[in-house]
Amino acid sequence: MTDIATMPRPVSFGRRIKRFMADRPLIPLIILLIILVAILQILRPGIVNERWLANTAKFAIPLAILAGCQTMTMLTGGIDLSVGTVATMSAFIMATQIVSQDPTVAFLLAILPAVLIGLVNGIGVGVFRVHPLIMTLGTSLIGTGFLQVYQRTVIASGAKIPDFLNWLGTGVTYGFPNALLLFVPVAVLIVFMLNRTGFGRLLYAVGDNERAARLSGVRYWQVITALYVLSSLLAGITGLLYIGLIKAPSLSLAEPLVLPSVAAAVIGGTSIFGGRGGYTGTIIGALILTVLTTLLTILQMPEGGRRILFGFIVLFVTAAYLRIIEDR
Amino acid sequence: MTTNPLLDATGVAKNYGAVAGLRNASLSVLPGEVHALMGANGAGKSTLVKILTGAIKADAGRILIRGKHLDVRSPADARRAGLLPVYQEPSLIPDLDVLSNLRLTGTPVEPFRAWVRELGIPNLDIRDTARDIPLAILRVLDLARALAVEPDVLLLDEMTAALPANLAEKVLEVVRRQGDAGRSVIFISHRFVEISALCDRATVLRDGSTVGVVDIEPGIEERIVEMMLGTRIEKTRVAARAANDVAVAAGGRTRLSVRNLQLGTKLNDVSFDLANGEVAGVFALEGQGQDELFAALAGSIRPSGGTIDVDGAPVKFSHPSDAIQAGIAYVPGDRSEALAMQRSVRENIALPFSAGLRKWGPIRMRREQVVVSGAIGRLQIDTRAQGEVQRLSGGNQQKVTIARWIAANARTILCFDPTRGIDVGTKQEIYKLLRELAGQGKSVLFYTSEMEEVQRVCDRVIVIFGGRVVDTFSVEEADEPALMRAAYGLPRGARADVGILADVRPASDAEAAS
Repeated sequence: MTDIATMPRPVSFGRRIKRFMADRPLIPLIILLIILVAILQILRPGIVNERWLANTAKFAIPLAILAGCQTMTMLTGGIDLSVGTVATMSAFIMATQIVSQDPTVAFLLAILPAVLIGLVNGIGVGVFRVHPLIMTLGTSLIGTGFLQVYQRTVIASGAKIPDFLNWLGTGVTYGFPNALLLFVPVAVLIVFMLNRTGFGRLLYAVGDNERAARLSGVRYWQVITALYVLSSLLAGITGLLYIGLIKAPSLSLAEPLVLPSVAAAVIGGTSIFGGRGGYTGTIIGALILTVLTTLLTILQMPEGGRRILFGFIVLFVTAAYLRIIEDR
Repeated sequence: MTTNPLLDATGVAKNYGAVAGLRNASLSVLPGEVHALMGANGAGKSTLVKILTGAIKADAGRILIRGKHLDVRSPADARRAGLLPVYQEPSLIPDLDVLSNLRLTGTPVEPFRAWVRELGIPNLDIRDTARDIPLAILRVLDLARALAVEPDVLLLDEMTAALPANLAEKVLEVVRRQGDAGRSVIFISHRFVEISALCDRATVLRDGSTVGVVDIEPGIEERIVEMMLGTRIEKTRVAARAANDVAVAAGGRTRLSVRNLQLGTKLNDVSFDLANGEVAGVFALEGQGQDELFAALAGSIRPSGGTIDVDGAPVKFSHPSDAIQAGIAYVPGDRSEALAMQRSVRENIALPFSAGLRKWGPIRMRREQVVVSGAIGRLQIDTRAQGEVQRLSGGNQQKVTIARWIAANARTILCFDPTRGIDVGTKQEIYKLLRELAGQGKSVLFYTSEMEEVQRVCDRVIVIFGGRVVDTFSVEEADEPALMRAAYGLPRGARADVGILADVRPASDAEAAS
């Protein structure tokens, strides 16, 4: 039973490496991350220390969770651009409600709009088949509008950051940022869900071939609605974490994280067309972006040049990475 | 010199990779003639049409129009040469109104309106957006648009297929008058009734070659069917299967009972039963409603009338999951429709297990592994490239689509042309598997476009023509000539000398007469 395709034939070294990496898509990403850290260390000897590591982790974690939202939605061929607004809303509501409310009530009030926006996104995409890009962009704008209205009603009462969130967002225990207490369970849960649960399987199946999923008895709207609610919920929790890190509630708090979260998922190897990818890659993608930002900051370039370089590097890394892992 | 052909194509050949779409086709159309182009599924009709209209390029052959050599490289070339097709799919751009569509193709508006009226649509508003116009009317508008530019050769592909009777009548009348006016029409149809009413001659294709050109006269349908079958007529009757197989089938209780199923113009009053332990074949030419029948049974589309009973209880499917709940699984002919190509064999087979809301939780991996590897073993799927289904061969992909429902233990499997485009070895395995399933008391509905498969697999065969069940054969009766005749809507037992071309009447009448 030998046919041409499976016959052993001499393979060049380069091709063997490529094949090796195609089978383990995480390895090239980890190598890239190490290279970036090495460059940083060379440019600023001694910068890579315990404190730097904890700091990088602190800033990478909110990005990584939002990128988890993108990973899950992108697996179905979608995207969730409302995560920035949702995170901002929950952070802002938390910070303003905690002044007058019980912490539990404030938490519920902060998470409620997240769930609502997720539900609207899910129904729009899953039932009415609005394109996810438009749907989530739309709800994001509506959310921002509501937030502005809300701001006027609480402008007199002021805001404060709850101590617990402060501790979670900025605190470091034995050299480990406390945010890991939130992130590790969340990451484990997402990875487990994608690989070992029926829901995770369906995300991949729906994104790969919606018709096939339908013929297997999958109801698209159920999967999509649950997915966007979950994504929004995660974004809301990220907002609470992020306010503890940034400590300045504003109406555009998490907005700058939206596009990097998409970039992190793409760099991590998740296909924007659906059906392919995973969360571990995304986490490394988020780390890469965070280290890259630090790197560009210490280069002391003007902001414009930094952005241009950032864009080019993201494009280059993504293109090169896809070349490497798509071995056909 | 009226005998000089208007269009003369000879020795046309076209290969798709290693597969010959056309070997040696020829077609000669005289001025003022309505010429039928006939052939069974896969005979090469559509390839020839595409070549004539410039949609694809032939590998070999010569095409003359009015004696002049013609090199049609694009549909625009063909149009300039006076050759205009009307395809089965409506060709108006849906988002433009009719008038803009006419402008787009430079069609004169007044003649178009005249033809539209002629074709039996008195009150068309040409400001209507094409999207809002019903399909049947759109087809007529396509025809009117073609007629308005007065082509020398009009090419009609199954023109009457989606039309209600009154419109079809008008269309046929107009087509016949085209011939009287000295223009030629190439008329592709599966309907002998129309061909007899309209056409002067017919060219018959088989396996990519022209096997005959005949004058249409009473009784000629027998010759045409013979030509379409070719030498296969001699070697019919694959050895009968073991007797016990048939015995099981006879004892089965009714599993699925379809009564008066109706679906737009596609399905008309379809009734049949499927018993436990039975493989029932469905045989039909392309586009006779079999796709819609399977889709309706699988819960993909909702029928507009009629009833479906499963195990004696009436059911209404609004989603494939309803059908799956009732134990009815659908294996589509197009594998890319059934598989998540980037996912593994295992995930593809296990997909139905996760479908229901209640099964979204953690997967019991070990149990799943046992079930999946059982199905893989049963179908002998080659799992060397199991990481991604798209790397498997076509035959193995098809096995995965079936294995999914073996693993899910579906009681009824609707197989739509499962052996299309796969190797002979795998075909044999699939035949064997379907028989085994029936042996275990499961039921299989098996659409095939290959007649010999009926003999190999089925206990019974239902023949569909024009959205109706025209005949049901037991496997003993279902030899290739009988199937082919039935698939073309010819009544059973009619003799050449009393052919339906002489006397158009429903099949039952003719049967009673013989």
